[in-house]
Parts: sequence; structure tokens; C-alpha cells
Amino acid sequence: MQLTNRSEVVVNKVMTFKERLYFPAIISGLVITVKHLFKKRATVKYPEEIRPVAPIYRGLHVLKRDEQGRENCTACGLCAVACPAEAITMTAAERKKGEEHLYREEKYAAVYEINMLRCIFCGLCEEACPKEAIFLTDRMLPSDMNRANFIFGKDKLVEGVSNDSRIDISKRTNAHRKD
Amino acid sequence: MEFIIVKFVLVVVVFLVSLGIAAYSTYAERKIAAFLQDRVGPDRAGPFGILQPLADGVKMFMKEEIIPTHADKGLFILGPSIMMMTACMTGVVIPWGNTLIINGTEYPVQITDINIGILYIFGVVSIGVYGIMIGGWASNNKYSLMGAIRASSQMISYELAMGMSIIALVMMTGTLSIGEIVKQQEGMHWNVFVQPLGFILFIVCAFAECNRTPFDLPECETELVGGYHTEYSSMKLGFYLFAEYINMFISSAIIASLYFGGYNFPFIAQLGLPHNILTLLGTLIFFGKVFFFIFFFMWVRWTLPRFRYDQLMHVGWRVMIPLALFNILLTAVIVLWQNGQFN
Repeated sequence: MQLTNRSEVVVNKVMTFKERLYFPAIISGLVITVKHLFKKRATVKYPEEIRPVAPIYRGLHVLKRDEQGRENCTACGLCAVACPAEAITMTAAERKKGEEHLYREEKYAAVYEINMLRCIFCGLCEEACPKEAIFLTDRMLPSDMNRANFIFGKDKLVEGVSNDSRIDISKRTNAHRKD
Repeated sequence: MEFIIVKFVLVVVVFLVSLGIAAYSTYAERKIAAFLQDRVGPDRAGPFGILQPLADGVKMFMKEEIIPTHADKGLFILGPSIMMMTACMTGVVIPWGNTLIINGTEYPVQITDINIGILYIFGVVSIGVYGIMIGGWASNNKYSLMGAIRASSQMISYELAMGMSIIALVMMTGTLSIGEIVKQQEGMHWNVFVQPLGFILFIVCAFAECNRTPFDLPECETELVGGYHTEYSSMKLGFYLFAEYINMFISSAIIASLYFGGYNFPFIAQLGLPHNILTLLGTLIFFGKVFFFIFFFMWVRWTLPRFRYDQLMHVGWRVMIPLALFNILLTAVIVLWQNGQFN
């Protein structure tokens, strides 16, 4: 069966005189490589220049706050259960009086950690979350020299309160919508 | 006294320039490799990655210095030293330019124009083989030994063809002094036009002598881990790698001066510039030619795969040497005919 028109029948034939000279083949090879000298580079210079990603790209996680700046997460643990890589751990705590402006419901996550070296960025945590608290974003996981720094706590995961420090996830939520 | 000072300055300058060019050859190699493969290459250390050789040097010095327990310690250190020394020695007889006239005295821009310059280069280069052989032997490692055996047999077989391709040139020019050979190629009378076959043989052998692709079997990574420098680390490995680049620079300089007119360029007399300016211009032109050949070495490296060992020996003994002999015969006949011996 012929798949492409580039296929050649392989025979163990003796090389012709022209082939044994090597030079015609070498020169044509040199011409091919020197042509590549002037071609467009395929490199994307990563930190300065980010390759465009799909709207549903699953990158670094974010823990969302609601409109009033309160954390959505109630430490129900469904994300940790759903996580196939067992990357998520959390400790729940009860909201005290006077903390209503910080946490949306009576229970919240005192500690919420994702081990980014375990995480496979499957997005099941996001699917499992009943409170729209955790989302995957189009941000990339930064590199580091130390393994301990890859365990992301709430300091790195929770988005800021002010408007400009919010992480936009509208592209993802819209992409999920069927209508 | 003045003579000694001038020579000393020249020696230091040539030494530093060859080290600098060797260092930047590593950068150029990576850049050219990247460009030929549609990549960008090192671009993080300084603008366009121009400080990359420095970073590489620091890395080399910082690496752990390992001498294997079963290695012969003395020889293990001697290997890279010989390699580096011979690489630096060959630059002595290359005419980097014409003469400079300072205070009415004429100084040639060449450290020494010994009348057996070509023989000197061959002698020094063949000592370089010992650097590889001793390094490979002293490592007490089968891969190193295999690499060393390959390197020495390859270099010895190709040295023969190289020497014979030079003999034809020597018969034409009637001298072994490189300075004299360059002087004879004034203007556009480059030897490459009268010795095309000799030039092709010489450049192929130069590739083999420098252990460059397609003849880089001694360090064939796919079969021999790292070849003769498998056991080397830190700056001793750096010396081996560095010596290879110096050799490449010196080979390019030899090719440029033997076959491409050295510091000569066409219409040199018509410019009507002062002598010293012309000499400097000639030196620049010479370096231009050298850089082209360094580029050519790299260009070929990133184009061709390496030969199989039997193919290498076949090409060396059954193609290159007969062709070189034929070239000698042809040159001899033409030289005699030009001298009117057949009338």
C-alpha cells in the first residue's frame, strides 16, 4: 500500500560514480543548510514572549474571591478528592465573628496547598468545585531551583482583593458554556 | 633588543588572538548551529549572548576535577597539556600580514618565517596526536582507548594525504616557507586556481586532522560516550575542546595562506595607500578569509553526518592518497612543461 508519493524502493545497489564522488551530494546538502540560515526562526523567547494558548488552556490555578472580595472556598475537600495526582491538601477552619468580610461562608480553608510538581493540570479540581472557587488560568507555572517552592500555598493561589489584582477567568468560563 | 621586544609583542598578540578567536568560535559554533536549524542559539548572557564564552569558561573552571583512580595520573595530565601546547605553537609560522615600517625599520607581521614552515606545522600537528593518544590511554577506559585509537589512526592516515597534497604545492612554488608562498600569490594569483585538486584534498584532510564532522569519529558520542575525553572533566576537558577550536582556527589560517593568497587581495597596488595602511588592510582581509573558513568548518559540521569507520579508512587510503599521488604527477609534468623540458 502506498501512503505517500515520496516513498522509494530500497535496493542494496552499488553506488554510481557520481554518488561515490560524494561532492555533488555534499554541495547540495550545504545549499540546503545555508538556505535555512535565512529562514524565520521557530523559537519563542519564552519569558518575554508567550506563545498564544487556547481559551481553555489549563495553566496555573487561582482561588477566586467573590465581588465583595471574600474567598469563595469553603474547604469542602471535593477538589482534593477529585484530584487524580493527590496534589491538593487543605485544612478547614471555622469563620470567627468579624471575619465576614474575608470569607463568604462559615467554613473556610485555613491552609490550602497545591503541590505543583504533582499536579498534572487536568482541571478536575475546577470541575469538582461546587463554589466556583478554584479555576485553572492561562498563566504558566514559573520555574524554580528548589522543590519546596513548588508547594503553592494560599499566598500564591488566592487572587488579590483590588480590581487590578483580580485574575480574569472569563475566557475559561465562557468556553465551557454550550449556548 | 628591539627585535626581541617586537617578537615578544607579536607572540603575545598572536597567542591572545588565537585564544580569543577559539573562545568565540565556540559561541559562533552554537549560533551557526542554531541558525542552520532555525533556532536562535545562546542569547541570554549579554546582548545576543555575546558573553556566553565567559559563562562557559566559568562553568568549566567550577566543575569538579576528577582523576579516575585507575588512571595514570602523570599521563592523564600530560595529554591535554600536549594538546593545548601544540595547538598554540602552530600559529608561529603563519604570516598574519605583510611588513610594518616603524622608524624606517621593516618588521614582518609574522613571528618567524622559518624556511621549513610547512614542515614545522606538520611536525607540531603530528605531536598533537600524542595528546589524544596519551589522554585516551591514561584514562584506563575502553571507550577512551577506542577513541584514541581511532583518532590516531585517522590522523596518521590523513596526514599522509595532506602532506602529499602539499608536496604538489611545494613543487610549484619551490619553497617550504609559508611567508614566501604567500608573497608569491600577490594580487589574484592564488594557488587555489592552479591547484584545485590539491586544495580539495587539503581541506578534506584538514577536516580529518581537526577531528571535525564528517570525520569526528574519535569523539563519536553515539558509540563511544565521549571518545578519548570520556574520563576528563573540568578544565582538562576544556583544554581538549579548546585545543580543537584553536586547531580549527590555525587550519583555516593555513588554508587561507597556502591556497587563498593570505593577506593578498586583488588591486592591492592600485589603491595607492601608504604601506602600513595596506598591511593592516591585508591583515583584515586575511582574517576575513580565516573567518570564512571557520564558518565553512561549522557549516559542514551541521550539514553532514559522520562517516562509518571503514568508510573513513577507505576514503583515506584508497581515494585520497592515490588522488594526491596523481596530483603530484600532474603538477610535476606541468612544471617541467612550463620550464621547457619537453621541447
